[in-house]
Parts: sequence; structure tokens; C-alpha cells
Amino acid sequence: MTIQFNDETFRDDYTFRNSDWAIRRFPFPFHEDSYMYSVNMERHRGGPEGSVYAKRFDVDEHYISEMRDRALVLAEDPLRCQSLPHMTLAGWDLLELIMVNKSEDYPDLFELDRDGNKWRWINKPLSIDDSFIFMDEASLPYGPMEYITRQTQGDFAVLDQRENNLWMDAGMVTTQADWSLDFDIGMNFFEWHAPVPLAHEMGVFKRALKFLLNVQQGNPARRLNWTMTVNPLLDTSPENYHKWGVQKTTLTPENLGRKQHLRVELQTFYRLPRSNALVFPIRCYLIALEDLVTIPKWGRRLHRVIRDLPVELATYKGFIDNRPLILDYLSQFDDGLPTSPGVWPDLDSEPPLRR
Amino acid sequence: MSTDLDRLHVVVTAKVKLNDLVTRFEFVHAGGKPLPPFSGGAHALVEMRDGDVTRLNPYSLMSDPLDPSHYAISVRRDDAGRGGSVFLHDKVQVGDRLNLGYPVNLFALDLTARKHLMIAGGIGITPFVAQIKQLQSTGGAFELHYAARTQALATYADALRAAHPARVNLYLDDQNQQIPLERLLSGQPPGTHVYVCGPRGMIDWVLTTAHALGWPPEAVHFEEFLAPQPGMPFTVELAQTGKTICVGEHESLLEAMEREGVDAPYLCRGGACGQCETRVLAHDGTFHHHDHWLEEHDRNGRKIMPCVSRFEGTRLVLDR
Repeated sequence: MTIQFNDETFRDDYTFRNSDWAIRRFPFPFHEDSYMYSVNMERHRGGPEGSVYAKRFDVDEHYISEMRDRALVLAEDPLRCQSLPHMTLAGWDLLELIMVNKSEDYPDLFELDRDGNKWRWINKPLSIDDSFIFMDEASLPYGPMEYITRQTQGDFAVLDQRENNLWMDAGMVTTQADWSLDFDIGMNFFEWHAPVPLAHEMGVFKRALKFLLNVQQGNPARRLNWTMTVNPLLDTSPENYHKWGVQKTTLTPENLGRKQHLRVELQTFYRLPRSNALVFPIRCYLIALEDLVTIPKWGRRLHRVIRDLPVELATYKGFIDNRPLILDYLSQFDDGLPTSPGVWPDLDSEPPLRR
Repeated sequence: MSTDLDRLHVVVTAKVKLNDLVTRFEFVHAGGKPLPPFSGGAHALVEMRDGDVTRLNPYSLMSDPLDPSHYAISVRRDDAGRGGSVFLHDKVQVGDRLNLGYPVNLFALDLTARKHLMIAGGIGITPFVAQIKQLQSTGGAFELHYAARTQALATYADALRAAHPARVNLYLDDQNQQIPLERLLSGQPPGTHVYVCGPRGMIDWVLTTAHALGWPPEAVHFEEFLAPQPGMPFTVELAQTGKTICVGEHESLLEAMEREGVDAPYLCRGGACGQCETRVLAHDGTFHHHDHWLEEHDRNGRKIMPCVSRFEGTRLVLDR
């Protein structure tokens, strides 16, 4: 299908909206009526046609506006994009990975012509047509990682692998769920996960690291993570907490369905060939609760998940104070009927809401 | 991460005998596409169908990692081995089709190093050939010290010395030349990483000397692929799958499980990566551990690496 790109904002007047298409393909993260951490990794090998899993780097109706928001964040705070000196090779790996995959998956939007190291990249939605020399930094307006991630939705953590650990040595991070690249740069896997409650005791990170160290070329992996965000803000960074944190106090029963968003990250993991680094694209999808509950199964299930979530997790995810308000809203959409297993909407088989 | 890993389909385009022991094989993609780039030090599994036996042996890629037009490996003939190298030397010809695994790197350059000090013994030169090509393209200081039995067996020494006269040092056993290891490891600038690939004795020598001289362990890298050793046949009970299988003299425990359709994880098949680690549930007999993955306390009846290790006794039960 041809994508109709939205003209919308993720700040100030918040004109961000999901179309019916975007609502139905939203990556709902709960496969059952409860949630606990797990190393919920699976192979990133496509998915149902039209779903966010179908392509390796999903492009949707928010693409152009998200890239505009990223440019605004970078103009205010250039440290959102950093690459330590030994990570330039990984940047070229990432540029190649994205250009090759996007031009293969979306030939009507992106074109890549390669003649040896002479490359030409055409990005039609963003009106870019650049010719450059692969592996020659001087031939691009930015470093290779910054160049390609200014044109690709999602945050990117580029992890060096050494000493049986992963190191946050490069990244482009402007759409994050309250973590900071500038704070984490140079840290290893255990250091940057230190703030997460419960999971350490459960051994989740040891197992996750072991899995990630063994992600191999040709065999990418993926998982979902989630949190809650008031207003469709892409940039919920610690750097700007003074701007967005206060917005959490603006919820009322009347505006909650419109302002409270479920925020889901599709995290994928690729081994980069020349540098042996790992790249960890973190793609953020937002959905207003009033849109989410138009899928009856999701309305029922989200109410049960939020209701039964351990206090530590609701605190860490930043919505413990608003949980009663959120539950009041969501309970209207939970009639107590059972839900079908799995994450899909099942609109044809799940009953409508019984009032 | 096991038998369903995607394969690269390739055609043999060159078979070059380099000396009495070593032959180089070159491959291109069977579909005419570029092969995936890789990082210096990576290996690929080569799938060999020798009659009704299928072997997957790891070989270091030694072509230019940044050149996707072809891959090259160099294979040392081992007449006492289980037949993988002999099969390649004697049976595989130009024009044959083979399947390769995707490149996997368990011996990567640490790109934060200020200098790379490389120590090679014999056929252990191959990963360094690719690493040196990588450093040539991306920049990076290196120094190679290469020991071989004779000039004739010093595979690739001439080409390496011609390309990098000031950085490549050759030591020949038959001339009584020895790598001055202690002096080398004592005189390196801070930020140097040392890499060793060669026979077990050489690896131990470098690890012990570096340790004694106070090298931080994270700056010392080694790689030794172990070919699975032949041995007495033995019987294994697999508790999860409920199968009892016999491991033949010339096959590994991992290969025997695969032959019986048991989906067992693996990556390097050379005792190095840890992927195939398997719990021992019961045993009455002696383990012959050949890996360098397991901790000492796991070797006494707790775990086994089925890619290279064997068992001799009356009963062995594995959690697989």
C-alpha cells in the first residue's frame, strides 16, 4: 500500500494522531491478561503482512513528522547523538544495513545504487538524493550513523562487544522512555540497566546478555517493551523532564482517554558485520487509550494488566500516581469476558464490549 | 541458533595448493550476489557431505573482510583427524557447490586498542590475514610475530612481509628461531592488546607469560579451534527427548545427536563459544573433556560440551 504521511507534532499542540490503519497494526505488547519481565526474545524474521514486524525497519504514516521532531531535538541538544572514536566502522555498518533493507523493502520510497564504493541514496519522502563514497566520512554531511538515523524512525543504541560484555559506545537517542545516552555513553550492559527494579534479582539481565552476545549475522532478534506517556511525546528524556514530567499532573477523567498513551518499543537486535558490534534499534509506537479501546480485546486486557501490575513496576514506569485514574477510565472497557490468547486484535472473533 | 541457521550457498572458484600441508579454497555466492562482509577474525562453518556423514567444521575467513566478492579459507591437512580436512583436500574441486554458515567472530579485534600485537603459530596465521586487511583499510597499528616450522610451511609469510616489511616478523623452528615473547610482552605501550592463534602449547605459553607480566586479562585474546577427536564409541541417554543414541568412533556427540534428529544448539563446533553446553544428569564413567569453555568445577560430571568432548563408561544421561 502507499503510505499517506501525516503532518503532525509531538510537542506543543500535539497534533499526532493514529489512523484506523495505524491503530489496527499497533504492536500491542501483552499476550495474556498479566505482565511480568521475561527475556521475551524471538527471531526478527518478518511477521503478518501489514504488521509492524513485516519489514526489517518499519516505515509508517508518522515517518516525516518523526524525523522533523528528531531534527528539533538535535538542534537544541546535539549530545543526543554521540559516537566514540572506535565506533565509526559500526556507523558505516548501520548505514549499509538500513539503506539495503529499506531500499529492498520499500522500493517505491527508497533507492540505493552501488557501484563499488560509489553509492547513491534516494529518500523520496524526505526529498534526499545524495551521492557519496562508502567509508569516506568527508563525503557525507554527517557521520554515517547520524546521517542514516536522521532518516530512520526509532532510537539507535550501537553497542561495542568486548570482554564478554556490551558497551553503549554510540547512539542516536531522541525518542526515549526516560533514559539518557549522554549519561550512559561508555557504560556496559549491567551498568546501564542498574536502575531497573526486580529484573536483576530474577537473573533477567544475565540471561539477556548471554543471548545478545550470541546474536549472529543473518539472524536478528526482537522483543517488545512498554510504558505509559501523558501526551504523545516522543522525547521523554531525563534532560527535558522539567518540561514533560509536570504534564503527568494534567490528567483528568475527561481528558485521560485522549492524553494518556500506551508507549510500546519494538526493540530489534542486529549483528553488524565489519565492526562485530551490535545495533539495537528501539522503535517507539504511541497510541491514545481512547484509540486503543476501540479494539475490544485490548481494552479488556490492558485494564487487567495495569490493575495487577506490581507496585515497583508501576513506579519505575512512572505512572503509579496516575494508576487509579487510568484504572477508572479503563474499567469502562472491561466487561469481564475472557480474552483470546496472543497479541492480535482478533476483531472478527472477539465479542464487542458488553455494556 | 542451531541446525536451522541460514546457510550461504557458494561455489568453489579456486583451489590453490600453498605447500605440502595447506590448500586455499575460494568461494563466490552461488546466486551471483555479494557475500556478507565480515570482521577480521571471523570464521564460517563449512558443511561437508561425505557419503552419509555430514560434518560442519569451522575455518577462519582469510579474505579481505571488506570485499564481498569472495571468501577464502586455508585448510591444513590432518591425516590423523576425522577426515574433514582430508575431504576438502581430496574431494572438493573447483566448480563444486558447498554450504557455509554465516560468519561468526569469536576472535574479534578490540577496536578500542591503541595497538594490536599478533602472535601466530602455523595455520593460526589465517585469522590474522583478515584482521591485517581490515586494519589496512580502517587504520590501526599492528605488529605480527609468526612462527612456523620451515620457510616452506610459513604459509602467506612472503606476501605479508612484502606488504608490511616493518610490521611482520617471521621465526622458523628449523633455524632455531623463537619468538622473544617475554621481551615483546614487556615492551608494549599502554593500550596494547595481544592476540594469539596457534597450537595449544603456544596459546598456553602466551597466556601464562602475559599473566605473569601483569597483563590485564581483557587485553589478551586467543583462539584455538579444536577438531573433535575420534575415540571409543559410547552410548548416551537423552532425558528430554527420551532417546538413547550411540556415538561412533569418528563422529562427535553433537553430530550423533543431529544424526538422530535431536535439535541441539551450537555455534562454533570447536569447544570455544559455549553455545552447546549441556547438563549431565547421571554418569558412571570418565569424561574426556576437550573444550576450553567449561570451568574446572563443571568438568567432574556436571556439564559437557558435545561438540568436542567424549565419554567412556557404562552410563551417561544428558539433559537434552
